[in-house]
Amino acid sequence: MTLRNRWRKALSMVMLSLTGVCAVLAVSVLFLILGYLVYNGWRSVDWNFFTKLPKPPGETGGGMANAIAGSAQIVLIAIVIGLPIGFMAGVYLSEFGGKIFASIVRYMADLLNGVPSIVIGIFAWSVVVVPMGHFSALAGGVALSLILIPITARSTEQFLSTVPQTLREGALALGASKWKTIATVVVPAAYRGIATGMILGVARISGETAPLLFTSLNNQFWSAGWNQPTASLPIMIYSHAQAPYDDWHRQAWAGGLVLLAMVLTTNIAARWILSRGISVQKG
Amino acid sequence: MAPSSTISARPTSGARAFLQRLASGDEIARLVTAAFAGCILLATVGVIWELWVNSTLARHKFGLSLLTSSDWDAVAGQFGALPFIYGTVVTSLVALLIAVPVGLGAAIFLAELAPAKISSTFTFFIELLAAVPSVIYGVLAIFTLVPLMRDYVEPALKKTLGFLPIFSGTILGVGYLTAGVILALMVLPFIISISREALLEVPTEQREAALALGCTRWESTWQVVVPYARLGIFGSIFLGLARALGETMCVTMVIGNDPSIHTSLFAPGYTIAAILANEFSEATGDLYLHSLVALGLILFLLTIVINAMARLLIIATTRRGSGHP
Repeated sequence: MTLRNRWRKALSMVMLSLTGVCAVLAVSVLFLILGYLVYNGWRSVDWNFFTKLPKPPGETGGGMANAIAGSAQIVLIAIVIGLPIGFMAGVYLSEFGGKIFASIVRYMADLLNGVPSIVIGIFAWSVVVVPMGHFSALAGGVALSLILIPITARSTEQFLSTVPQTLREGALALGASKWKTIATVVVPAAYRGIATGMILGVARISGETAPLLFTSLNNQFWSAGWNQPTASLPIMIYSHAQAPYDDWHRQAWAGGLVLLAMVLTTNIAARWILSRGISVQKG
Repeated sequence: MAPSSTISARPTSGARAFLQRLASGDEIARLVTAAFAGCILLATVGVIWELWVNSTLARHKFGLSLLTSSDWDAVAGQFGALPFIYGTVVTSLVALLIAVPVGLGAAIFLAELAPAKISSTFTFFIELLAAVPSVIYGVLAIFTLVPLMRDYVEPALKKTLGFLPIFSGTILGVGYLTAGVILALMVLPFIISISREALLEVPTEQREAALALGCTRWESTWQVVVPYARLGIFGSIFLGLARALGETMCVTMVIGNDPSIHTSLFAPGYTIAAILANEFSEATGDLYLHSLVALGLILFLLTIVINAMARLLIIATTRRGSGHP
């Protein structure tokens, strides 16, 4: 073997092993994040964390109960607004869409999906907070729904279009009208995929912080209603981590751990639902 | 795509036919779903409209000097966006410099080398990594990355490469470099998973042909497979860039919040998203607010352009991948 060939083989070996190192590095980031959060957060995740209000600086103890409830409230508003719109739009794009209008909508959905979440916050601020005159859970929910809608629409469309054409033809041949075909044959055939897309979307928005900064703002107490400033878990983590108090930092770690556990569990559950489906392949 | 439009036996056009379809419910369903789809159109146009209208004062008062002035003084009513644009671009570039080599390497490993089982497990973990909320990266950055950068990484860089202006100056821990590193971690999963898909699109014959000509495994990968998938890989990089530009929370927490331009990567800076996060809810006065919204508009346009480029590149690869086996 000539020197040059030996060099080529050695180079091949080295570079290929380096790619392996890169992959291990990337995956280890996930475990580092998990490890650090568990290490720093688990001591603070106790009963109080889920049931008590945050304490003022200087006092130890307290929890983030209002933030957890507030997050649930805001995400619920986003779900109520976002999922139906996203789902119906997805059905339109896949089943009814003409050429021009559908491709415009598709392009706009992708555009909306790419808008930085803080800019979505500005929009929700200008259409909800300004007319209402104050920050509110509703504004936060609207902001999050704007992130949820394009995700749901595109994933619904994608999973509906994997339903075999023969199923539609069969139902139509039996005399079903088109909307009945869609409602009773096409959508049920793809429901696992659609549900997965929706759950992943909800998991994504429940961790969003930036759009809530100037829509639902924050609140150290229980929210007084859907039209009042409301605490949320991501914002609470953010403000606690930024504050100069050790006890607040402890709470921030705990909040981070709870949020990450929620998001990852939902993600894994969604993927599990999808993997059990046989009628629909992963797009 | 409208897969079913070709097979539904539509009656001939005309008012009677329309009424017939309305009666069967199909037309109603079409109109209702179209109305919901219209909501998306409305929302997107609404975002652009509100950004445009709410930045009127700043656009009229400063014009293009908004982009070129580096004077940001809320008290004096002077608003220049340059330090924020600079910070946004610099942190994103640092992020790409770190994330692209690592991400491409990992994608090559997952697409070309790893056995199917390892590849799918790793891909699963990387998809989970993409789901980690940004504020959690921020918490880790504040408490873990900042001390690490301050005590180890930045002193080491200063010692070895300190003659370069970008690695000089006071070490604070917070600043462009730290923000870039945490952004790199955030965009890494996107670059990996999309590059991996682009590499998987490359036909096996390409690899076999290269190997048959006597290439080593690495030569076949680097000189044949990667160039074949280059459009998709560039697409993934642009997509990562768009995310990095608009990323708010983790950057806000470690950028240092200094509205001026520094050559050194160790220095604290500011990004567009970070100043919006910090000052928007407390801005007083219309001009101040409009200037902040104008920053949002700049950020919006920046990410839209980058995103469009990413999408075109990704579409181009998938078309070619399936069109010419």
